[in-house]
Parts: sequence; structure tokens; C-alpha cells
Amino acid sequence: MFTYTLRRLLLAIPTLLFISLIIFLLLDLAPGDPTANLPLTIPPEVKAKIRESLGLGQPIHIRYLLWLKQFLIAEPLHVMDYMFGTDWAMGMQRVISWQTRSPVADIIAQRMPQTLWVVGLSYVIGTLIALPIGIISAYRQYSWFDQIGTFVSMIGYSVPTFFTGVLLIVIFAVNLGWFPSIYDTTHVVTDWDSFLFQVRQMVMPVFVLALYNAAQISRYMRASMLDNLGQDYVRTARAKGMSEKVVVLIHVLRNSMIPVVTVIALGVPTIFGGAIITEQVFKVNGLGQLLITSIYANDIPMVQTLTFIFAVLIVLFNLVADILYGILDPRIRYD
Amino acid sequence: MPDGGMPVLDVKDLKTVFLTRSGEVHAVNSVSFDLKAGELLGVVGESGSGKSVTMMSLIGLLPSPPAEVRDGSVLFNGEDLLAVKEERLRELRGARIGFVFQDPMTSLNPVFTVGYQIMEPLRKHMGLNRAEARVRACELLELVGIPDAKRRLGDYPHQFSGGMRQRVMIAIALACDPDVLIADEPTTALDVTIQAQILELMKELRQRLGMAVIWITHDLGVIAGIADRVIVMYGGQIVEQAPVKELFANPQHPYTRALLKTIPHITGARDEKLSVIEGQPPILADPPVACAFRARCLHRFDRCDRENPKRRGVGPSHDAACFWDPATGTPRNA
Ligand SMILES: Nc1ncnc2c1ncn2[C@@H]1O[C@H](COP(=O)(O)OP(=O)(O)O)[C@@H](O)[C@H]1O
Ligand SMILES: [Mg+2]
Repeated sequence: MFTYTLRRLLLAIPTLLFISLIIFLLLDLAPGDPTANLPLTIPPEVKAKIRESLGLGQPIHIRYLLWLKQFLIAEPLHVMDYMFGTDWAMGMQRVISWQTRSPVADIIAQRMPQTLWVVGLSYVIGTLIALPIGIISAYRQYSWFDQIGTFVSMIGYSVPTFFTGVLLIVIFAVNLGWFPSIYDTTHVVTDWDSFLFQVRQMVMPVFVLALYNAAQISRYMRASMLDNLGQDYVRTARAKGMSEKVVVLIHVLRNSMIPVVTVIALGVPTIFGGAIITEQVFKVNGLGQLLITSIYANDIPMVQTLTFIFAVLIVLFNLVADILYGILDPRIRYD
Repeated sequence: MPDGGMPVLDVKDLKTVFLTRSGEVHAVNSVSFDLKAGELLGVVGESGSGKSVTMMSLIGLLPSPPAEVRDGSVLFNGEDLLAVKEERLRELRGARIGFVFQDPMTSLNPVFTVGYQIMEPLRKHMGLNRAEARVRACELLELVGIPDAKRRLGDYPHQFSGGMRQRVMIAIALACDPDVLIADEPTTALDVTIQAQILELMKELRQRLGMAVIWITHDLGVIAGIADRVIVMYGGQIVEQAPVKELFANPQHPYTRALLKTIPHITGARDEKLSVIEGQPPILADPPVACAFRARCLHRFDRCDRENPKRRGVGPSHDAACFWDPATGTPRNA
């Protein structure tokens, strides 16, 4: 397993380099000019200078290599310097956002907590709700519980989050006034009351996303359980006199979790993608919103970095999913 | 081995129905038989004749719905299994009554070690702790002839061959030293040499442990070698029942006679081709009111269409459910 992991990690390097190149080329192809948003009063010569200072004059392969150097060497060194108080980076040029002129990494670090809290929490909650629902729905297939579960999942899965989000805002924020309609990111939790406020402002975005996640995962769980409940080994377990609890929650569940865990692991990178739409609806200024505003502003370094981080996470969690598969299923041996 | 003692298992008038979308399927119709301590009872009949459903009905192993055990009684050491609580059935299953199923490739749980799966009933029914259960599991693997037992306890089912997995299944079924072992076509999925080995193993285990065995098969050849007594099933009913020698020497039911003809002979005159029984076994949407075999029977006459024959004595501890008498070639009277 260890050598397998190592091999996969090594293999990930060329994959990611290739992805980074593609991202770079695609963004280069995209129309748009980072100076387009500057006031018209700025003379064209000055604009040209600004463009040059952004490094746009150079040929594309130089720019790509420069970006790689900044991203892979300068940024990690700066992070180390920040963490350990060293001075390894020695003023090396970092990846700078065109829009804000500050290092891309700093902005991402600022936005990360909001996304992790709201989107991450909703993923955890969604998963925790989905598993028991999937298990019970499968065990009591076609019961009223299963029928309702199926109905709710279909809604959760097919109705877009911008609709459920707005619907919740209209009902619970505007009409009932229970929850704030806008997520206040400057809010700091200091005491019990401010904690309660934090919980209240998280309820709606978390609910919207959790519903969506739960809908998806519970379907997988149900299908996987149904697959396994009909297997011969289940009859064997019953023939051994095992209680229904043991049969379902040990024999069947252990087998059913194998594909579901993979699906859950593969879904983790989407957390970091930030549920782009939901963050917009509730004005959570997380990574998803950052990506959108950067795209609007033609902030290519920021878009590049974010996209590349997503790519890294996707490759990484694909590996995680495969490793988990190998751990959970004894029939799979990678070495 | 069979003696005149009280039967361990006494099944009377068992009826099992499946409630399906397209209506009821009467899979088991008034089946009665008994099993004496230490006896090996063979159950034969072609695929779909209700052998598995009958045995699973005994001990509540059929999923309900769709299955419904409608009627009858199943006395196991005097206790009616159709009347007791589910919890009591669970105490008996795997402890007093062991099961071996047809397909060893799918009957074991792929994600647990073989040791774990053998230890499960030991810990539940015999209250052994982990260490004791391990020791016993190791003994069981040795008992069923798996070499290097101690090490193999930690292996997963996929690391065993089909024959070895069936041995593991037998070890699980015998774990708690049951009174009855029900083996549902345990060799059907195995190739011929492995089949012979498993049969040998069963004969030997029965000598050693002395449990009663119900051996289900569609292969009369297998039965001839090991059974004390045989019941023949057709259309969810028992159509003939006799000690094994008697059955082979003096088959009474046309279905049994046809089955016997389908066994290929190794010695003696070679048949032109293997006999087959023409037609399909019935799927019964209603309880039978006429003989279930009549559509395929060579000796059918008007009474077969009006009345479902009951089993009645036709020889020493031999009974058959047929109106036709092969000795005279005419209908039986009464
Ligand atoms: N789950 C089920 N639903 C409906 N009918 C069933 C089901 N299982 C078995 N049956 C019926 O029971 C009959 C007997 O099946 P079975 O006992 O498995 O035969 P066999 O003698 O081959 O073991 C079959 O012909 C089928 O019609
Ligand atoms: Mg069967």
C-alpha cells in the first residue's frame, strides 16, 4: 500500500504540471484585459506600462515558467518564513493578484475559513444525515419512510441551490425574520450571544448545501445497501443466528460503505470549490465568491491559482479514494 | 444408522406462499416429513421443485414479504418453530441447526476474515470469548480438512478456492455442534473432483459427530452414495418417500422413475441418448387441486385431473403420491 501511494504521488506530479499548463494556456486564450477596468482617464502609454509591469509583455512560455517558479518555490518559502520566522524567500516575487495587488495566497488564506465553515460543515452534516437515511430506506424499501426519503432526495437533488436558497431567505429571513439573510463575515465569536448569532447566520446556507449533499449521498447509500442486502452472505449471516442489527449494521453496512466512502472522498474537493452559487446567494465571501469576482475582474493570477488548487485537491482526493477503497475492501491489493 | 427414536424434526403440512406482483406463488404445498436423530435424509427434485424454500421455511430464513408460511407445524425436538418468537429462532439457527448453501463463492462475506466468520456463531451461541473462539475456530478448520488452519483464520474468503470455501461454510454450520445440518445443494457449484471430496468429508463428519443431515440435491447419483432415506419433491410437494435402497430398487412415482432414468450409466448397455423429462415444472398460482405432475406424466388418466393424490404406503416405510401402480400398470384401487 505504501509503495502504491508513493507511486501514485509521483505520478501525480506530471499530471498536475500538465493540468497547470492547460489552465495557463486556456486563461491566456480567454479574451479580456486586466487594465480594462481602470479609469478611462489613464493615458494609453501608462496603461501599456501597467501591462508591462504585470508581466504581460513577455512570451507565453516565459510567463508560464515564471508562474511555476512563483507558485512552486516562492510561495511555499514565504509560507515557511511566515510560520517559522525564517527568511528563506529573500524577497522573491510572489504570485500577486492583479485586482488587489496583494499576494494571492494571503487572500485565499483569508477566505478559506468562511468556506470551510459553511461549505465544509454542510458537507459533514449532509453526510451524517445521508448515511442513516440511506440505510433505513434500503432496509425498509418502499416503506413510507423510503418513499418520503426518495421524494425529498429528488427535490434536494434536482432543485438548484439558488432556488432553495432564495426560497429560504424569503420565508425565514424576510417573512419570519428568524435568520439574517446575509452572512456577516466580519462577525467574531467572543461570547455566548455572538456564538448564537454565528449559528443563526450559518443555518440557512448550511441547510441548503447539506440538503443537496444529503440527497446525493443518501441515494448512493441506499443503492449500495440494496445491492448488498440481496447477497448470499446476508442469508448466511442470518442462518448463523446473527441479530438483524448485526446483519445490517455489520455485515451489510461494511460492504455497502466501500463505494459510498469513495463517493464521499471524491466530493471533498468540491468543498474547497466552495459552493459557488450558494456563497453568492448568501453573500458568504468564501473561495467560491472569490473565484467569481476574480473572473469578472480578469484577475488571471488569482483564477489560475484557485483553479490549480482545485486541480491538486481533485487529484489528491482521487488518490485518497483509491487508498480508502484498498483499505476497506480486502479483495483489492495494490502492491 | 436410523433407529426408531423420536424424530429431531417433524414437519407437518407445511405451506409456503410467495406474494408477488402477479399474484400468489404456492411454492410449498402441504409438505410433511420427519428426520430422525443421526439420519441422513436426501431431498431430490429438479430445480424449482421447492426444496430450498421448504428448508428455509422451517427456520424462518425466507424474507417476509414476499414469503408467507401459511400453515403447518415444524416440531424441532418437540418445539414448534412456526409458533416461537423470532428471537428463539435466532438462538436455534447456527446453533442447533446449521446451514450450508449452494454457492460457496458468494455465501461468505467478502470483507471479513474467515476466522471472524467462524467465530461469530461461537461467540454468540456458545458465549466463548475471543481467545476461546479462536481456538475452537482453528479446530473446526482442521476438522473440515483445511491445512495450515491457524494461519488461514486470518485470510479472507477470496483467498480460498471454491472447494475450500465450501469447507469453511461447513465449518461454520458445524461450529456449535448442531443436531441438524441442512445442506442445500452444497456440491452443485463445485467441479466433480471437489464434489467427491466434499461428499467424503460429509460422510466422515457424520460418522464423527453424529448429527442428522438433510442433503438437498437434484442429483440422484449423489444421494445413492450417502443417504439413508430419500424424499422426492415435485411442484412443492413430496411425491415419494422411501429408504434409499428401496427407492432405487422399487421406484413408484412416475416422476421418480423418470428421474432415475436420467442418471447416466457407467456400466452396462449404453443408452442411445440421455433421457430427459419433457416439459417444465409447474409454477402454481393456486393450491394444487389435481396432480402437479400430470402434464408431463406418461400414465395420466382421468382421475389425475380431478384429484391431487395423497401420499400413501406402497411398501415397507415407502410411500408415494400417485394413483397409478407400476407393478400392475393399472390405476390403484381406492
Ligand atoms: N422470492 C420468490 N418470489 C416468488 N417465488 C419464489 C421466490 N423464491 C422461490 N419462489 C418459487 O418457489 C419455487 C421453488 O423454489 P426453490 O425452493 O428455490 O426450488 P429448488 O427446488 O430449486 O430449491 C420456485 O419455482 C419459485 O416459483
Ligand atoms: Mg434450491
